[in-house]
Amino acid sequence: MMQPMVIETKGLTKHYGSFEAVNDLSLLVESGSITGFLGQNGAGKSSTIRMLLGMMRPTRGTGQVLGFDIADPAASVRMRQRIAYVAEDKRLFDYMTVGQLIAFTRAFFPSWCHDTERELIDEFRLPLELSIKKLSKGMRTQTALLLAFARGAELLILDEPTEGLDPVSTEKVLGLVVRAAANGMSVFFSSHQIAEVEQVADRVLMIDSGRLVLDTSIDSVKEHFRRVRGVFAEPHDSAIGALPGVRRVDVDGRIVSVMASHNVNEIVRYLRADSATNVEVLPVTLKDVLLGSIGTAKR
Amino acid sequence: MSLLLKPNPSSGVPIYVQLKEQIRHAVEIGALRPGEPLPAMRLMAEQLVINANTVARVYRELEGEGLLVLRHGVGAFVSDFGPVAQQAAARTGSLNTARGEVRDLVRRLRDEGVTSDEIRRLVEAELGQGRMAAGGLAPTARLAATPATRGVP
Repeated sequence: MMQPMVIETKGLTKHYGSFEAVNDLSLLVESGSITGFLGQNGAGKSSTIRMLLGMMRPTRGTGQVLGFDIADPAASVRMRQRIAYVAEDKRLFDYMTVGQLIAFTRAFFPSWCHDTERELIDEFRLPLELSIKKLSKGMRTQTALLLAFARGAELLILDEPTEGLDPVSTEKVLGLVVRAAANGMSVFFSSHQIAEVEQVADRVLMIDSGRLVLDTSIDSVKEHFRRVRGVFAEPHDSAIGALPGVRRVDVDGRIVSVMASHNVNEIVRYLRADSATNVEVLPVTLKDVLLGSIGTAKR
Repeated sequence: MSLLLKPNPSSGVPIYVQLKEQIRHAVEIGALRPGEPLPAMRLMAEQLVINANTVARVYRELEGEGLLVLRHGVGAFVSDFGPVAQQAAARTGSLNTARGEVRDLVRRLRDEGVTSDEIRRLVEAELGQGRMAAGGLAPTARLAATPATRGVP
């Protein structure tokens, strides 16, 4: 049986005046997965998330989240009952204490899990008497995640959840992401930290200048992506860019460096036939792929 | 978790491959004995802070290879019968021998003035082609030196 999709968009586009923040974005996010939404600052991650949540209207395109139409305000309210969203600025009700915020949120959700609430208060050692505005960034994130877990959300959308956290707090938040997915939640989190996406995600979606430049499983990057480097006797210009699987070609004098998503054997054969004196195949990391994908979005 | 180390997400090697190798190694050196249980998948995922699907894949594949036995609802155990357990015992012996030989070699090279980094690179280069052919990932694989592109995925 096919996994139901928790997020599905077709041609999602957002223009601010003449600026194209998000451009023709078609995404599929499977239920029960952890999806890392990777991109540089300003690549369009937050705009996409805000459209998914119905907080902003797309200029063009359509989308469903948990089967609800994101452009329909009535559906959006019901949809958000089942989604937990932790914003980039981790904004919470600053004037409340941690305890008040928990009690306030609990009142909205009949299926609230009291055991989870108690466990996480203990685990995070959250100071219930302290006002939200006095919390550290890490504790704000933990508080927001506690609310998400205890209300039993189906989909967790996190906008830069580890931004500004120290390494220990980052690892704790990632641990919670892992736990959420192990408990059957789907997680969609944006980040510009490549290593953390590699560490916990099943799939990676990468956007650059508002366009999707990579949509693949993390393991597939490491198993199939390669850098193929040919050294030539003379400065060389290669037409290798036309071969299937070639994502990017960098020519530096006598060295032709190819980032390939597949079809490595044929690329190697091509370079040899083209009289390369040495051809190497190197593994690539997600970081290489990210750096190799920036600026290649076809306008 | 002192049995297993956190995988390095930024190495070119997929996390599930790193974890498989660690578990295999733990069995080979006797840190995990036949019949002993492995941590529950979710626990392992949380402690190593990696995706639970990754741990599930590792357990499944190691079961397919005969190293682990998965008992539904109970957990994963190191297989205590069949060739794998015996092989593991034999491997423990041959690994100990090999360790001695490597120690001697490294000492000899150091005496000759070869640095640690140089030794590491030499060993990596020696291993490189074999690992590519076996479907694994080598840091570099110099294809110019080999007649064919065999083993390149």
